[in-house]
Amino acid sequence: MGPVLAGVLQLLALIGALALCYIPLGNYMAKVYTSDKHWRVEKWIYKGIGANPDTEMRWPAYLRGVLAFSAVGVLFLYLLQRIQGSLPGSLGFKAIDPDQAFNTAASFVTNTNWQSYYGEQAMGHVVQTAGLAVQNFVSAAVGIAVAVALVRGFARSRTGELGNFWSDLVRGTIRILVPGAVIAAVVLVACGAIQNFSGIHEVGQFFNGHSMGGSQQWNGGAVASQEAIKELGTNGGGYFNANSAHPFENPTPFTNLFEIFLLLVIPFALTRTFGILVGSVKQGYAILATMATIWLGFTALMMWTEFAHHGPAFQIAGGAMEGKETRFGVGGSSIFAVATTLTSTGAVDSFHSSFTGLGGGITMLSMMLGEIAPGGTGSGLYGILIMAIIAVFIAGLMVGRTPEYLGKKIGTREIKLAACYILITPALVLIFTAFAMALPTPANSMTNSGAHGFGEILYAYTSAANNNGSAFAGLNADTQWFNSTLGLAMLLGRFLPMVFVLALAGSLAEQKPVPVTAGTLRTEKPLFTGLLVGAILIITGLTYFPALALGPLAEGLAS
Amino acid sequence: MNNSAINTARLLWAGLRALLVLTLVTGVVYPLVVTGIAQGLFNDKANGSEIKADGKVVGSSLIGQAYNLPLKKGQETPEPDLKWFQGRPQNGLGTNSVNTQYKLILSGATNRSGDNADLIEWVKDAKAAVIKDNSVAGYTVKPSDVPADAVTSSGSGLDPDISPRYAQIQVHRIADKNGLPVAEVDKLVKDHTEGRTLGFMGEPRVNVLELNIALKELIKGN
Repeated sequence: MGPVLAGVLQLLALIGALALCYIPLGNYMAKVYTSDKHWRVEKWIYKGIGANPDTEMRWPAYLRGVLAFSAVGVLFLYLLQRIQGSLPGSLGFKAIDPDQAFNTAASFVTNTNWQSYYGEQAMGHVVQTAGLAVQNFVSAAVGIAVAVALVRGFARSRTGELGNFWSDLVRGTIRILVPGAVIAAVVLVACGAIQNFSGIHEVGQFFNGHSMGGSQQWNGGAVASQEAIKELGTNGGGYFNANSAHPFENPTPFTNLFEIFLLLVIPFALTRTFGILVGSVKQGYAILATMATIWLGFTALMMWTEFAHHGPAFQIAGGAMEGKETRFGVGGSSIFAVATTLTSTGAVDSFHSSFTGLGGGITMLSMMLGEIAPGGTGSGLYGILIMAIIAVFIAGLMVGRTPEYLGKKIGTREIKLAACYILITPALVLIFTAFAMALPTPANSMTNSGAHGFGEILYAYTSAANNNGSAFAGLNADTQWFNSTLGLAMLLGRFLPMVFVLALAGSLAEQKPVPVTAGTLRTEKPLFTGLLVGAILIITGLTYFPALALGPLAEGLAS
Repeated sequence: MNNSAINTARLLWAGLRALLVLTLVTGVVYPLVVTGIAQGLFNDKANGSEIKADGKVVGSSLIGQAYNLPLKKGQETPEPDLKWFQGRPQNGLGTNSVNTQYKLILSGATNRSGDNADLIEWVKDAKAAVIKDNSVAGYTVKPSDVPADAVTSSGSGLDPDISPRYAQIQVHRIADKNGLPVAEVDKLVKDHTEGRTLGFMGEPRVNVLELNIALKELIKGN
């Protein structure tokens, strides 16, 4: 069997596994967010928080909950890193510098997980498990909560009530992410991912240059537990600098596929949850079909360009294996790269900077779509629903009818909010990139020159503003400029869109439903899926084409 | 204080309490439970899949190692010890940090693009070296015999594996340097070649550390 066929079979296996989980997980999550019953452990938690989980919130209250919880999260994580030197279990690592601590705190709270530090050389046990990994759970739960609030906006009528933020946060964490992560972590350990607290210790080695034997230093840590939620919550911040390329994080070809499965499973299944909550699973299938079309199309393109290995160094080498692990090969690495950039994960099992020019371009374009195919946990669903609103608006313009979606009128206010949503991220990416290129010092951080050097900076802001977290990692991002501007881009790229989403949810929930007539655009049909795919590609393409042309397109076409 | 300030403070207080409670669940209980299960059921794997030779731990079956000669005076990078099977080049973290070739203490890739002058040079040099080192009397390595993994660095800088093709072209050299019959070394490589998981996952590979441990046994036996 050739590597191309093996790659295709791995993709098919992945599709099969995701399909098997789609209905049970989607149904389960729908139950989680509609059930009246509270688990006992949840009642204790509500008591600890001092919140009544049954109080309905209107959108401003819901938003305040999101913002307050996240602000506290940033502050807590910042302080935890700043006092690392005095914490037990810090493995001798010192306090993180203020600019890097801010960047990392913003990064993990916004579900981005951009890392300007070297994991194994900066973060001790306490910061990793009680700081970073906690945000891996709760930032993902916040994402799902906001998505569910938007779905409730569609599902409910003549009320402004969107549910209770604390209840959604706690249920997402306790009922979905924790059980999922426990199972995933045990599978990963069974395959060889490490899980211990031995810290940095000496282990024997085979041959030390002079004689047989000798010793090497190892980093022990709670890796599997962090790896599991890092993928399941579409976070992506590696325990080690090499992220999921590190054999202790991702030991075998099976764990590689399993990790890709983990990062896709919740975002895809949420379309089922959405369908159930709005009372038509077919609407969920239409969104699913849109996501899957883009995902499969991009994966096919990536495999094609990586197997073709254009680029001088790869031509001489006879394959695009730079930055890729032998056990995953080109096929497994290509599937991972597309899945991690199309979701807001940003974990990597191979280094995107050393992909072919066009391959690197595909990873960037994947993020530029706005992390919607299938996107981050929760953020993917609300992102694509915003695009669906834009698509029905375009369709409405064509036939001269007031657009509707899921029985709600898409009026001026709704379109304004949706437009703000889709404008904010490109604005952040392009403005910050322009400033970084115009100023004299940021370019000093580049490892590569020419189009790829520009690509490193474009990639960085694209990754930050879209809350992805992967990198063209040649860029030395541990400078005050990058730590602060990327941190800012992450915060604005996460929370401004959430403001627009919740405002939109509020205004949709207040409407009364519009009856379906012969003139209603059938948004559960393939025609609409086609329209939506087209709208997503055209809007993203028009926004980013000039920037892409200067970076990856120039690099890809030159080789 | 006005009302909105009090409300904001109350909200932040609720946020802090929520964070602390959830930290207890996901940041303390969760990792400890997983560690308990891992240490109980998969003790060996949870601690790094240590591998032994002659009763002594010699590394992890998951992590690659270097098989180099001692540094000579004035050398920056050591030369490979050609007695042993060699892994992939690991040009490490490049300019951002020191080259930590096969050092577990810091993992990472070169992050060089396909048109990067350094990378082109490294690949050319590596290819020339692979051809030169592995061509012995009666066996010449052709440029087209050299697989991509033999001349490129991995993502982690710790890749434990090489492709079967790269192991194959090292067979004559290993036999020559260690005074072993080619057929026996060839058999050793074949025995240590692992196919794709379930026939389709990942790529076929040879674990270099396990192969060298077996080679050491073979040398001892002859």
